[in-house]
Amino acid sequence: MTKAVSPGTYFWEGNEACAEGAIAAGCRFFAGYPITPASEIAEHLTKRLPQTGGVAIQMEDEMASLGAVIGASWTGVKAMTATSGPGFSLMQENIGYAFMTETPCVVVDAQRAGPSTGQATKCGQGDVMQARWGTHGDYASIVLAPNSVQEMFDLTIRAFNLAERYRTPVVLLADEIIAHMRERLEVPPSKQIELVNRRKPKQGNKAFFGSQEVPPMPEVGAGYNVLVTGSTHDEYGIRQTADPLVHQKLVERLVGKIATNADKIVQFEGSNVEECTIGIVSYGCTSRAVYETVELGKKKALNIGHIRLKTVWPFPSTIVQTMAHTADMIVVPEMNLRQIFYETERVVQGEVPVFSVNKIGGGEMITPEELLAAIVKRVKNLD
Amino acid sequence: MRSYLRDLRLPFCPGCGDATVLNSFLRAVHELGHKDLRNFVFCSGIGCAAWIPSPYLKADSIHVTHGRSIPVATGVKLMRPDLNVVVFGGDGDLAGIGLSHLMHAARRNLDIVVIMVNNMIYGMTGGQVAPTTPLGAKTTTTPYGSFERPIDTTRLVVEAGASYAARWTTFHREELKEALRRAILTKGFGFVEAVSQCPTAFGRRVGLKTAADLLRWFEENSVPLDEAERMVEKDLEGKIVVGEFARREFPAFSQTVREMVKEAMKSG
Repeated sequence: MTKAVSPGTYFWEGNEACAEGAIAAGCRFFAGYPITPASEIAEHLTKRLPQTGGVAIQMEDEMASLGAVIGASWTGVKAMTATSGPGFSLMQENIGYAFMTETPCVVVDAQRAGPSTGQATKCGQGDVMQARWGTHGDYASIVLAPNSVQEMFDLTIRAFNLAERYRTPVVLLADEIIAHMRERLEVPPSKQIELVNRRKPKQGNKAFFGSQEVPPMPEVGAGYNVLVTGSTHDEYGIRQTADPLVHQKLVERLVGKIATNADKIVQFEGSNVEECTIGIVSYGCTSRAVYETVELGKKKALNIGHIRLKTVWPFPSTIVQTMAHTADMIVVPEMNLRQIFYETERVVQGEVPVFSVNKIGGGEMITPEELLAAIVKRVKNLD
Repeated sequence: MRSYLRDLRLPFCPGCGDATVLNSFLRAVHELGHKDLRNFVFCSGIGCAAWIPSPYLKADSIHVTHGRSIPVATGVKLMRPDLNVVVFGGDGDLAGIGLSHLMHAARRNLDIVVIMVNNMIYGMTGGQVAPTTPLGAKTTTTPYGSFERPIDTTRLVVEAGASYAARWTTFHREELKEALRRAILTKGFGFVEAVSQCPTAFGRRVGLKTAADLLRWFEENSVPLDEAERMVEKDLEGKIVVGEFARREFPAFSQTVREMVKEAMKSG
């Protein structure tokens, strides 16, 4: 029986790496609906998951896909779905449900150019704020943004680990370029892959929805008589649809368990953050151009620092604030019309000017030269 | 009955048919020899009928988003084929917002039981028109009378490929219990439509103020399936056709999936 793929060097497409990462993370259920540019994840998992004893199914739509994932998760199984913008919109109701009921699951959003059908085959980064605020009501999200095929593998595993640790849905916010590019990656031996599994309740403990920051999670069919509901509920799962204190206590804990652990969740890649005069904050495919911009800048004697967000939400505020202490400006390049730009502006609180460099449509990336030219122009204006 | 229920007061309005459906279901479970509901998982969406299992049944229950109970039940059943997975829902939940999922579960012949309590109205939200509301009925969103033809959910489920499908009303308590018993025993998709009374949000606006009025209306307007087949369409207008619409054997979906997985594990 083939389980996770053998360790070694591979030349994979991003979506394939994501699918294999899921298997390596212990995912045994997938439900999805075809959509460009995420379909390869479904195609790969419908072949591979049954080989591991798992189940992968194409559902009738995205609501059903995440619904089935949630049902599977309550049987004690790690479960995932994958989609793109239009499908991600449809999944928002069940993302909120998974958050409210503390159902661990992973949602992959390989972003394309939106809104609406937009440009289905072309890359975009316009779902950043939807990933943060897409569902209604008070909400805290965990969103990871891979920028390589290696990270499509690694961060998928990390997404499962965070979902299991915090009993919450986790979004892997990929983009069309990272999902469809092929490059080399290393699959480590399974012993070297850290895996987290949800805590099971001890006998007699019936508080599956409270009394601890992250309560233990029972499974159905094991005699727990568990009550799962997306309505406001007390720590025993009993619906409390009018009590203000029960609602406040529940929702504050759900938001708080992510907010107070932000330092454990947040990951970023920083270079020259504390000495730079020009700071760049980037993520996903756009960050790949930034590496080159930094090198080009050196030739022009520009002292550029770079924070590459591996975790988009919770937002890595502390490191961005650190950058703001020394930098004269912060530049945020994005393939959208300003999303992380506003968050960056919010956290630096006017300490330095924040500029955006934006490009949308046709899947055209911001090139290193374009970004450098935009920076040079700003430098001149500042002088 | 006590071993099936948590010690909680039911939330339903006076005269509501949900209690009859609950009673019929539990009698069926009892007749099948289940001492408790340990081997059952209940999924329900939004609406009054979705509250029948959650939290009143002493069992695992997953009370989900509006219309999505069947997808959640699909995930549970595929990973735990050994469990009896039962969906309770209203006509709005299952034949309105969730109709697509109902059709696809029937098409797959997913081996779960779906109990649709059809009160012909959106009751929990105060009596708005439903896909099942009779033509001409006044509701809060059809103040001049409903101008839409109602859906025949049971026949759709049959056409989609379910192994078992029946429709009865809360007037037919014994037949309803028997249909539920057979649905639970079905090796594929088991669907039972229970036409049920809502005096609060439906009856009082159509001149049938009490539960008794509505039950009498069910009695007088019900036509057994075999009789209905001999009648012309015009004479069936406004009638409730009751009976067993399908009882047949098709492969059960969770078993088909398990067999595929078994084969794939050999090849992998």
